[in-house]
Amino acid sequence: MAQAAETKKRVAKGREAGPDREPADKDHAHRDLLLKAYRDMLLIRRFEEKAGQLYGMGLIGGFCHLYIGQEAVVVGVQLALSDGDQVITSYRDHGHMLATGMEARGVMAELTGRWGGYSHGKGGSMHMFSKEKNFFGGHGIVGAQVSLGTGLAFSNWYRGSDRVSVTYFGEGASNQGQVYESFNMAALMKLPVIYVIENNRYGMGTSVDRASASRDLSKNGVPWGIPGIRVNGMDVLAVKDAAGQAVAHCRAGKGPYLLEMETYRYRGHSMSDPARYRTREEVQAMRTQHDAIESVHHKLEALGVDEAAIKAIDDEVKAIIQDAADFAQKSPEPDPSELWTDVLLEG
Amino acid sequence: MSTQILMPALSPTMTEGKIARWLKKVGEEVRAGDVIAEIETDKATMEVEAVDEGKLAQILVDEGTEGVAVNTPIAVLAANGEDAAPVKTAPPPAGPKVAAQAEDAHAIADRAAAGTRKSALEAAPAPAPADVEKAWGPTRPITVREALRDAMAVELRRDDAVFLMGEEVAQYQGAYKISQGLLDEFGPKRIIDTPITEHGFTGIAVGAALNGLRPIVEFMTFNFAMQAIDQIINSAAKTLYMSGGQMGCPIVFRGPNGAASRVAAQHSQCYASWYAHVPGLKVVAPWSSADAKGLLRSAIRDPNPVIVLENEILYGQTFECPTDEAFLVPIGRAKVERAGTHVTIVAFSIMVGVALKAADLLAGQGIEAEVINLRSLRPLDTATIIESVKKTNRLVTVEEGWPFAGIGAEIAMQAIEHAFDWLDAPPVRVAGLDVPLPYAANLEKLALPQPGWIVDAVKKIV
Repeated sequence: MAQAAETKKRVAKGREAGPDREPADKDHAHRDLLLKAYRDMLLIRRFEEKAGQLYGMGLIGGFCHLYIGQEAVVVGVQLALSDGDQVITSYRDHGHMLATGMEARGVMAELTGRWGGYSHGKGGSMHMFSKEKNFFGGHGIVGAQVSLGTGLAFSNWYRGSDRVSVTYFGEGASNQGQVYESFNMAALMKLPVIYVIENNRYGMGTSVDRASASRDLSKNGVPWGIPGIRVNGMDVLAVKDAAGQAVAHCRAGKGPYLLEMETYRYRGHSMSDPARYRTREEVQAMRTQHDAIESVHHKLEALGVDEAAIKAIDDEVKAIIQDAADFAQKSPEPDPSELWTDVLLEG
Repeated sequence: MSTQILMPALSPTMTEGKIARWLKKVGEEVRAGDVIAEIETDKATMEVEAVDEGKLAQILVDEGTEGVAVNTPIAVLAANGEDAAPVKTAPPPAGPKVAAQAEDAHAIADRAAAGTRKSALEAAPAPAPADVEKAWGPTRPITVREALRDAMAVELRRDDAVFLMGEEVAQYQGAYKISQGLLDEFGPKRIIDTPITEHGFTGIAVGAALNGLRPIVEFMTFNFAMQAIDQIINSAAKTLYMSGGQMGCPIVFRGPNGAASRVAAQHSQCYASWYAHVPGLKVVAPWSSADAKGLLRSAIRDPNPVIVLENEILYGQTFECPTDEAFLVPIGRAKVERAGTHVTIVAFSIMVGVALKAADLLAGQGIEAEVINLRSLRPLDTATIIESVKKTNRLVTVEEGWPFAGIGAEIAMQAIEHAFDWLDAPPVRVAGLDVPLPYAANLEKLALPQPGWIVDAVKKIV
């Protein structure tokens, strides 16, 4: 956490700097940033709670991996990105989709397996995409998205574009062989890829200490000369700041960058995980002492932001989620003829 | 407003469970995230967390109760500040998912019966089009190696999004010299040497294809593609479907497949039936130089992932190939290499040559065999095979790979499904022996189909 503290200091320093701006503007910008972060994180939290509820009602089937607890990671990184940057992740992907601006309706309707879902009900929780938002999935095979995300960066390099690929994976996937095959090629070719390890401490039910001989995952790129930093992934501003550094590095043509986000998932690995591998106290401690949304809430209060303004966000988010849940239940199931579409493109 | 707490589904397969324990008492305050009960599912004992806050007003199902159906109301939560008033028990929601599923199963079955199924494998074959053997005019003799290189060079010139990636493809000019001269013409950005890491570079190529580039991935042999098969199947072949048609993957995977010469089991396997099994892929297997050039060009232009199964022994063989700049071989069309009336021999890749030798031997014995060069394995040109079988009434399939669940098994089944009444004898499969390929020269020869095996197979049924 030492580095996280440093990161925090950098943010504070950054805020003091900027002689060309009036302090009042700065304060406004900072407040607006926090409000946006609060809103985007809350949207994910409420979405996931609703998804859990619909799962419990039997409206969502199969595997459903909730992102609750980790919201600051995707929201913070997204704040550092620009249009055209690509995002790819694993199967714990609902938060990433909402962060890239994909609609809650389409994501929720995919969870319920309906025509209105992003994949028309053919992908489900783990497999959703949006060409429009440059979101490349949603991948169900642990680690596969790391090579794919490196390939997205390759396409930027090939076309001479300054876009970057943000490739998320868990600390569990960080032990996969293809991750290091990808690190090697990304470093050799100086591909603009930001590897974000979301270290939520448990790869399914196995703690990182029992699965990974590497004790500091931010250093996992060192043999390939990939710079990496460890970030407090429960602090959305620290995440944004670290991601900003990584983006600048990649856009400058210096090659890949690695961010290890120390985060925590409050729920089980998937809906059917009784989570016996950790204590209830551990979960409660994270929830009550380190919650990313609560922390931003407190900051907003400290800045003197009107409780009514926060309540307005709460209400807006609640309305979006209710609308998404209604849509996801009203949208028709895909027509049986959909079985046979999208297998091949007409050539 | 009070809300009912329903028996939740806590695993993909759970339909009912046991209320093992209530952790909150009636009248107790509940906050979102509090554990209110323990439920035994078919898999484990799970803690149930409250999603709303309020006061536990009523417990409707006592602890210890077994077989509580999902969605049964189990408790009532009164909103904060509200009296924990007794609740009118509203009927539980009607389990929409289960009902819908049952209905759908019937609907799907009905529509299937009504002819909405359109799998390439199940549909009756359309008649073979007359334009397959379009006359391409003048030809010249070139090796299969040159044909493959020329195909890539033409397509690299035609489309900037096309690039070649693989081990030794650039500076070394190709492990089998297929990419000779390409680095000089197209430079290191488009002809890319990779480390010897198939899994990683295949995933990178697939990612580039998902973002609109058109990679050609050369595997030094398809045996090594096993390291990367997850990316080929799970990422390249399935993403279009899983994305509801948003994410196409225009990519070519090519390289030598099957036995070479004395390289033993790990370098000699035929993967034809592996890849041909997978919806979302196209699979071609050229024999001649014209096949190689025309099919590879079509593969590079195709918007889908295409597997091009080449053969190392064929690389150095010379065949006539059309010189027309526009020459293409359509994917999904077989070619009748030799017309005959007594038996249909279906082969692909190097086995086409073996089948033609067998046909020569048979002709000496008065048996006229029709030899079909499949060219494509998926989609399979069932029409051309069936048309031939209806004429000859006999079928022999030939492949270098193993017989079990092989391409021959599929072709024989197609003949049975579509031409059963025309068959005068059971189809016969000629295939590599069902053993890992041995190293010793004599054993290797004994394990791979020879012209004599085909002659014997034909004579069993003619």
